[in-house]
Amino acid sequence: MENMKVLVVDDEGDFIELFVKRLKKRQIDIIGVESGYRALDILKKEKIDVVLLDVKMPGMDGIDTLREIKTKYPLIEVIMITGHGSVESGLQGMIHGAYDYVLKPFDLEVLLNKLKKAFERKRLKEKA
Amino acid sequence: MEIEIYGRIRGKIITTVFLFSLIPMVFLVFFLLYVQFDKIYTDKITNTLKTMVYNKKRSIDLFFEERIAQIKTLAYTHNYETLSNDKYLSELLNVVQSTSKSIVDLGIINQDGEHVAYAGPYKLKGVNYKNEQWFHEVLFKEIYISDVFMGFRKFPHIIIALMRKDGGKFWILRATIDSNVFNSLVQGAQVGEKGDAYLVNSDSVLQTPSRFGSQVLSKIDFLNNEVFNSIIDEKVLHLNKIFVGLSRIDIKKWHLVITKDGNEEMSQFNDVKIDAVLILIVFILIIIVGTFMVSKSIIKGLILSEKKKSMIDANLMQSSKMAALGKLAAGVAHEINNPLALIKESAGWIKDLLSEEEQEKIKNFVEYEKMANKIELHVERARSVTHRMLGFARRLEPAQENVDFNMLADQTVSFLESEALHRNIKIEKNLLKDIPLITTDTAQVQQVILNILDNAIDAIGKNGTIGLRTGYNDSENKIFLAISDTGIGIPQEEAKKIFDPFYTTKRPGDGTGLGLAISYNIIEKLGGKIEVDSTVGVGSTFTIYLPIRRIA
Repeated sequence: MENMKVLVVDDEGDFIELFVKRLKKRQIDIIGVESGYRALDILKKEKIDVVLLDVKMPGMDGIDTLREIKTKYPLIEVIMITGHGSVESGLQGMIHGAYDYVLKPFDLEVLLNKLKKAFERKRLKEKA
Repeated sequence: MEIEIYGRIRGKIITTVFLFSLIPMVFLVFFLLYVQFDKIYTDKITNTLKTMVYNKKRSIDLFFEERIAQIKTLAYTHNYETLSNDKYLSELLNVVQSTSKSIVDLGIINQDGEHVAYAGPYKLKGVNYKNEQWFHEVLFKEIYISDVFMGFRKFPHIIIALMRKDGGKFWILRATIDSNVFNSLVQGAQVGEKGDAYLVNSDSVLQTPSRFGSQVLSKIDFLNNEVFNSIIDEKVLHLNKIFVGLSRIDIKKWHLVITKDGNEEMSQFNDVKIDAVLILIVFILIIIVGTFMVSKSIIKGLILSEKKKSMIDANLMQSSKMAALGKLAAGVAHEINNPLALIKESAGWIKDLLSEEEQEKIKNFVEYEKMANKIELHVERARSVTHRMLGFARRLEPAQENVDFNMLADQTVSFLESEALHRNIKIEKNLLKDIPLITTDTAQVQQVILNILDNAIDAIGKNGTIGLRTGYNDSENKIFLAISDTGIGIPQEEAKKIFDPFYTTKRPGDGTGLGLAISYNIIEKLGGKIEVDSTVGVGSTFTIYLPIRRIA
């Protein structure tokens, strides 16, 4: 988990605040933003390993953001977070190149596990 | 209300068919029978009567012509002296009567009206005719035929008298016509049971007896002079269904009257009329029966199609209701999942923070930790509800998908678990492991299972068991789900009807009677079938079979 840098994108401010706090407490370098546009801004400046992306957001939604990220930064891994429970939205994310998806409300340990795996995959890809 | 509508439709059909089939038929029959046939028959009778009157008139004329010729011959082949001899006259009468019986007697009357010779059955010799009217007529006309009169013999008769001039003198030969012969000549034209024939003179006095009552020399009153004067040739009148044929007898101012009863003449035709009316009645009965049968079958068909239609409507409504419900469920679940995530993260954060604290320094540390865990636990509970709702919603979208039948049965039961628990109904599952996947519409199958489970719970009421068993029939390439209950059961005769639309045992308002009908429909469309096996008092088992369609 060392050096893993995570970006979490969700339109719910409270959620971002809490989530960032909890991951920082677990020594994970994390930035939280509230929209897809902001996320893309951050990606320009920072070197991010894994993006956690909410599917349903006003303006630029999760899937659009995912597409942008994947075209501009194909190496970055993305995990979709969906409150829509529907597997379709998650699967749609997968089709557009997301690494995995989690359904809200999620178990933090499960998510951390997925983050770790995504990060490992990214590192493997970078080496190759 | 519906019955009323169908009754009205039926009434309309019946009325229309009746009117369109009966009116032309009745019209035709009555037009033919009472207008055309009457006319034809009247014409026919009129013509027959005309011919008859003409022939009879001719024969009467001929009769008189012959008699006159006979008398003339006698008078002109003998002289007065010879004929005045009674004996000779008798011999002469015998000769005449040997060829024709129509002359009854002969008499010779001299210039002074004295009856000088007589041959015949009456004692008329010596009678003086000087003051008789006919005596003067014959002097004036030479040949005279009398009307019927009583005369000296006090019996109705007709005479023919001929005057012969001999030098300065004259004498008269007089013959009497046998009224029987003459009458029978006229009465020969009396046809049928009510036909009549007679002669009248210009004063409407009968010259031959009428068949019905009126004697010779009585007056008839139903024909007046005006009518007689209008006769030129033969004429036929219609008087109250009686045909009257009239003709003039040329030799006298007499009229021949022949009557025929129209009713009698038409009696044969009336039989035809009765037959026709009977046939008409039979046809009408056939039409009535036919109309009732047709209208009945139409209404039956209407009701059937109406039932089918309302089933389709109900099915559609059900689907759209479910679709709306699915959308609602998905929306609600999504809106709740976000705050749930927040609550869970908050509880998690509390736990994170607590783990940094020294337990001894915080008085209620254990309680805080316990409550944080409780929050997480209940968020988990809520999550399972929303995820189930989402799962339900997702399946409402019609699709062909690979379905694990066991999972489907399991999930569907979970909707009714609390209801079952509340009623103390135990649910026993006996699901075959590694059951093959089927390709079908999950939502629809789920609806069917729900319907059957719902009925099972209703059948049990309280305290009982619902069994779920899945299995696989390799030979038929089908999987099945048997849902059994320990409910009241279904009587044998009712079992056939349970899949009919609108069949329900629930109180009005509680059930639509469409649940099983729709279920049957759905499963049939998915290529499967539903079977029911039930024993009253023991319970029922509904088995759903669905085909395994292997995806190529």
